[in-house]
Order: sequence, then C-alpha cells, then structure tokens
Amino acid sequence: MTQDAPTPDLLSPLHDEHVALDAALTSFAGWQMPLRYTSDIAEHTAVRTAAGLFDLSHMGEIGVDGPDAGAFLDRALVGNLAGLRVHGARYTMIVAPDGGVIDDLVVYRTGESAYLVVANASNHTVVLAELRERAAATGLDVQVDDRSAATALIAVQGPRALEIALALPGLAPDPAGPEGVTLETLKYYACLPVRLDGEPALVARTGYTGEDGFEFFLAADRAPALWRALLELGAPLGLVPAGLSARDSLRLEAGMPLYGNELDRTTTPHDAGLGRVVRLDKVDASGEPVPFVGRDALAARATSAPARVLVGLQGLGRRAARHGYAVLASTAPDAPAVGTVTSGAPSPTLGHPVAMAYVTPEVSAEGTELAVDVRGRREPVRVVPMPFYRRPR
Amino acid sequence: MTAELPAQLQYTVEHEWVDQASPVTVGITSVAADALGDIVYVELPAVGDTVTAGAVIGEIESTKSVSELYSPVTGTVVEVNDAAVADPSTVNADPYGAGWLLRVEVESTGPLLSAEEYAALNP
Repeated sequence: MTQDAPTPDLLSPLHDEHVALDAALTSFAGWQMPLRYTSDIAEHTAVRTAAGLFDLSHMGEIGVDGPDAGAFLDRALVGNLAGLRVHGARYTMIVAPDGGVIDDLVVYRTGESAYLVVANASNHTVVLAELRERAAATGLDVQVDDRSAATALIAVQGPRALEIALALPGLAPDPAGPEGVTLETLKYYACLPVRLDGEPALVARTGYTGEDGFEFFLAADRAPALWRALLELGAPLGLVPAGLSARDSLRLEAGMPLYGNELDRTTTPHDAGLGRVVRLDKVDASGEPVPFVGRDALAARATSAPARVLVGLQGLGRRAARHGYAVLASTAPDAPAVGTVTSGAPSPTLGHPVAMAYVTPEVSAEGTELAVDVRGRREPVRVVPMPFYRRPR
Repeated sequence: MTAELPAQLQYTVEHEWVDQASPVTVGITSVAADALGDIVYVELPAVGDTVTAGAVIGEIESTKSVSELYSPVTGTVVEVNDAAVADPSTVNADPYGAGWLLRVEVESTGPLLSAEEYAALNP
C-alpha cells in the first residue's frame, strides 16, 4: 500500500530569522511559524506595555484590481467595499450562499480600482478559489491575483509601535500616496503606500492585538532587512519578537474572533455578534440592492431570534476553560449544558481566566453565573462584556 | 533546544523526573516545561494520598495547554511543594530545583529511564 507523503510546511521569508532567535516553531495552517521565542507571558506583556514584533507572512494576500473591483467585492463579500475610501481598510467576511462564514477578512483599498484582500492562512486557497469563481460568475471587469508567495507581512503592535515605526531609517513617503499623511497622522484602519529603502511597501494601521500598531506588507525578499531593522531599533524601547501563542492570548483579551474557533462554516456573522459587518443596505451604481452571495440567508437571519449567542466569560477560579469545553447552567452536578467554549486561556493582563463561548440566549445576560466543565470539574464563570481588555487611550 | 538533563535523576516517558533519595522527589523535566510554555496552574495530590506508578495524579496547565502529571512511583505522598503551587512559574524557572512538585515514600517504582535513555527519546 502506498501512502501520500505529507506536504511539507511552507517556510516564511523570515524563517532564518526565527531560527537565529531560537524560536520554538510550530506547524500552523501549512506553515512553520514561531510559537514563541522566550515566554508566552513575557511576549504578551511586552505588546501591552511596549511593543511586539510579529511575522504574519503566512496570511494570504489577494489583489483584486480593475474598473469593477469595488462592484465585484460588493457582490462577493458581505461588506460595503465600493464605498470604502481610497487608503481605507475594512473588516469583512466572505460567506457561503447559506450565510456560513468561509473566512473573515481585512480588505484595504489601495487605489481607485485596486484592493488588497487579506485572508487567514488556513483559508487562503479557498478564499482565492471563491473570489475567482465569483468573479467569473459576475462577468465584471476585475482581476484576482494571488500575491501571497511574493508578499511578507510584519506587524509592530503596542503602545510604542508608533515611536518605533517612525524611527525606521529608510522609510519615506511614496509619491503615489495621499499628500500630507504620515505614520503619525495615519488613521486607525487605514493604509499608506511608502518607500522602504527606495522599494514600495504598504503600511497599515491595523492589527489583531487590541493595541495601536502597524502592519508592513512588502516584497518577501525585503522582509529580513525590515525585521532586523525593527528589532534593532525597537529593542531599546522594549520591543520583543512575539509568536503565535502571544498573538492568540492578545486577540482573545481584545475579544477578536478567530476562524476555526468563533467562526466557521456553520456560523453566520450574526451568530458571532458581528451582524454589523453584513450590509444588507448596500446598493449598486444605479441604486439597486446588491445581490451579494449569502444575502438572502443573512437577511432572514438578521430578523430571526438567535439560537445561540457569543459571550465573554470570566473564570472565577484559577483553571481556564478551553476550546470545546461544555458550558453548564451552574456548578450543580445535574446542571444542563447551555453552550460550548470557543476560546479560553488565562489572561496574562487581567490575571484571571477568560473565555469566549456560544451559549443559549436565556443565559447570555451580563452577570449570569454559569460553569464550565474543565476536564470533569465544574469551574464557576460569569458572563462579562467583551472585549475583556481595552487599551487605555 | 537541547535541555540539560541531570545525570543522577531517572525519568519517565511522560516527562517526569524522580531522584533516588528516600522519600523520592518528583518533578517534570525541562523538556516538558519548555514544551508547555509558561506554566500558570499546578494541581497536585494531597499529603497522605496514595499514588500509583503510571497513574494520573495531577495537572500542569500553561497559557496554551493542559498536560497530565503521571506518578513515576507507587507510594504515599509525604510532602507537596506549596511554593510551586502558589507560583507555578517556579516550575519553568527551575524544574529540577525549586520547581519540584511532590515527595513520595516509595513502595515500588514504575518503568524509569536514565538521562541518556530519556534524552534519546527527546532529541
């Protein structure tokens, strides 16, 4: 009997940097990526108090270009992308015809007729295939271009991110960029074309940690030089390289969903409390409602009572609830199940366990005391508002 | 990441170490502590409890994962490291020293490995 050889993991353009830093590497969504460099908690805390440096080169970058790019994305995604300003960014989703989430995305409008769609690594190929199929089906004048292999993504996140990014030598405005916008004046959820050592790059004021920060999209072969420059000039300010483990605990504290945990094909945006990203009101150039994929299902979902609600849970004991654990009505031995934990961890910033869970609507009110089955023991939890952590401004 | 393994200790395949004193001291290896990441919670049996070689006797929880603690020996727990329970980061910082977990009056031991044998399984 023959067996297919396992597909080897892809390596980030920064792989050698991670090895040089003695990172613990892990297989993640088909990539070898750093799990941690030193300590999960130290990396997490550095992002909250100073800054962290993340390699996100596993994320999928898909270019959508052409005169109909905005009109096409309005039909392919749930959000209003034709209405996005040039150099703006938007959190959105691509859903199946039944409204189930295929992926959550950040879309950047890089020009009048140019967009950059950033997909999760695990969903990159399916999002690419869906966009190509949907483009062909609409017959609109648009090109869908996979740029993932050629593109690296490096993020600096934390209260000192601006200071560090401003100190980058070799960072200059791009002549094609908006006049007068600098990293300092760049708005949250906006992007800016720049030059890095004379080569084009895109800087976005977006992130996944709950902190201020910048994400640099650039040619893969330029990434090691930028990585080393940021590390060198940031280290005296407290910047440390941070791995996937810190990324996950940071996004959990910030109440941000993770595909595969809070979001999947069986979940609609409304289930995840993200109905606001679904723009049933978007219209085309002639004022007609846009028939985007999933619209009918989501229009029905928007007005029906939810079967489950995504809530935040504060652990009242020391043991953390984890993905997949049952939520129970109380700590009583016969308490019925009322939901399932989607993500959970001890919160390094808050000092107690936090979790997200889907629960029945009757037990979703803030302050409700519930329990989680932590490997056979019933640990008390309380429904609390999300995000668990909000950065001081 | 080659961890230092004290040669005078014996090891289990489940990443516990045990010394050869009487009563024995039990802890987890630096290999396990490194793989777990930052340890945030340690659950141990109580003094007076009987433990059985190869059986689960506690839990080690890190920011990212949970792992079971197996007893390398059969016997009676005579002491637990309350300092490590109060500050589980001690287990990361000094797994063979201040991060020890419990002491057991031994009746019999389970299958144990030498440092070399354990190192060969955990390159």
